[in-house]
Amino acid sequence: MTSKNDTLEQPDAFVFSPDNVEKAKAIVAKYPEGRQASAVMSLLDLAQRQNDGWLPRAALDHVADFLEMPAIRVYEVATFYTMYNLKPIGRHHVQVCTNLACWLRGSDDVIAACRRILGIDPGETTEDGMFTVSEVECLGACVNAPMMQIGDDYFEDLADGAAESILSLLKNGDTPNPGPQNGRKGCEPVGGLTTLTDEPATHPPHAGDA
Amino acid sequence: MLHDRDRIFTNLYGFHDVGLTGARSRGDWDGTKDLIAKGRDWIIDEVKASGLRGRGGAGFGTGMKWSFMPKDSDRPQYLVVNADEGEPGTCKDREIMRHDPHKLIEGSLLAAVGMGANTAYVYIRGEFYREAEVLQRAIDEAYDAGLIGRDACGSGWDFDMYIHRGAGAYVCGEETALIESLEGKKGQPRLKPPFPANVGLYGCPTTVNNVESIAVVSAILRRGGSWFAGLGRPNNTGTKLFNISGHVNDPCTVEEEMGVPLRELIERHAGGVRGGWDNLLAIIPGGSSVPLVPKSVCETLRMDFDSCQECQTGLGTAAIMVMDRSTDIVRAITRLSRFYKHESCGQCTPCREGTGWMWRMMERLCRGDASVEEIDLLDEVTRQVEGHTICALGDAAAWPIQGLIRHFRPELERRITAYQASQANQAA
Repeated sequence: MTSKNDTLEQPDAFVFSPDNVEKAKAIVAKYPEGRQASAVMSLLDLAQRQNDGWLPRAALDHVADFLEMPAIRVYEVATFYTMYNLKPIGRHHVQVCTNLACWLRGSDDVIAACRRILGIDPGETTEDGMFTVSEVECLGACVNAPMMQIGDDYFEDLADGAAESILSLLKNGDTPNPGPQNGRKGCEPVGGLTTLTDEPATHPPHAGDA
Repeated sequence: MLHDRDRIFTNLYGFHDVGLTGARSRGDWDGTKDLIAKGRDWIIDEVKASGLRGRGGAGFGTGMKWSFMPKDSDRPQYLVVNADEGEPGTCKDREIMRHDPHKLIEGSLLAAVGMGANTAYVYIRGEFYREAEVLQRAIDEAYDAGLIGRDACGSGWDFDMYIHRGAGAYVCGEETALIESLEGKKGQPRLKPPFPANVGLYGCPTTVNNVESIAVVSAILRRGGSWFAGLGRPNNTGTKLFNISGHVNDPCTVEEEMGVPLRELIERHAGGVRGGWDNLLAIIPGGSSVPLVPKSVCETLRMDFDSCQECQTGLGTAAIMVMDRSTDIVRAITRLSRFYKHESCGQCTPCREGTGWMWRMMERLCRGDASVEEIDLLDEVTRQVEGHTICALGDAAAWPIQGLIRHFRPELERRITAYQASQANQAA
């Protein structure tokens, strides 16, 4: 844990809610006996979701106790992976992909939209604690670039002011629709299908049929 | 051109029912029990006969990989499905998981029988939260229908399948880092040997396969290895999901035959290069890790493992990033250098130090704030990183820069000259 985080105001205690204790037990049961350390990533995620999107030291210690792991092993995991937030974060975490495929399609404009609508740069949180903007690496939706993730949802094909609209809606307490913003359903060419124009075959030919 | 009847991912775009009923109507889970009954050796032989090469980037023979799993081990054996899709440009496994999840589940069962595994873990990148939800629903459906679990499909084979969500680390797509992460540790790659087939997850025999490799297995076994081998070209068989992103009119994902000409892919499926074919500058054919190729190579490039290798690049994940002539090509590669610097796990010195050094050098080259000799120095450094690290992340950081120097050296020199001229002007 970095010294920077030590200056944070850390809550004294963290325990899983009764609901999350059950969820945590179910996660641990996915792994062989004695291998409960495998559950550490999921349990940290669970704790983070319970604690407004960030992991205080007490939560790391609680996960370590829960899994009977040395605390240092949990700290190692919590500091290695980018999805664990070790300091408080805005209610909406806006993660803008700026890797190559998104950059080629205008991710700079998405960052600019964040600045315009939210008034913050990547790495910053709005004063009211509603938004944090992060610049992130490839989120794996490259044919739907540019895109951003807000919370658990992907917002894709963010050309022509779509990012502004989404952020404005969120700012006003509304719920924008996730997914592509240019009218397509998924990763099909927006100009019209070039494949899969037939209904899928009910019984594809079996070996030997031909 | 590939016919729809030979396409495996018939719900690639999610227009049809994703659930079990829909999957069955598209031919999934049809006679799975009979396929299992043909036995482990038959499964491996069919997959070998299909010529299937791993779809995660390295292109190793899938059937061959499975045959490394011990036959008479008293330890548990594991199938680990690599769904940590994060290679910039790549977004194919996501479509399989969210639109055709039963192909992945059925393929996992058949692969598990082939390698003698009773348990599969699917390691999904943490950001794919919605995709994990869809896949989990499909897994639950398969359990409820008796297709997996105890006595899967009534075959006598027990098979459990679990999802393990990652938490944001590109390096975990490397198979031994993925195993470390699955064990609850930092995702730092292991030295090989021992190989996972002998000492993998929890010290047990393990095979790690890409989502797409596994998801095509049921089609191969049902329609025969020879059917798959009849598509594409020798040593580069079958169909493949291609992601076409960047400066095209219609970015999309499409399933095509291996060996399809790049130009046909771009013009037929992706609406052509923005501004026309002659506006093309360069492409990256297989995700960020492989070297770019300029338009001159694109004219004739075929999209398969061997053709790409002949052109000093790689098929990788078949994620094509298209760049038109408006692209600042040096800035583009610099962005990739920044990515590798960010994602280096820090374990090996050449990669930990080299990725940062290369990125800083690239930043200077973007401005032209360098000397011409430093281009050669940079090239030399990439070769000092390449091949000197435990995993391929070091190589992946080196290759894009090597590709840039190979094909765009005049542009680098032009910037240096221009920068020096502007400095001289200021001084004057």
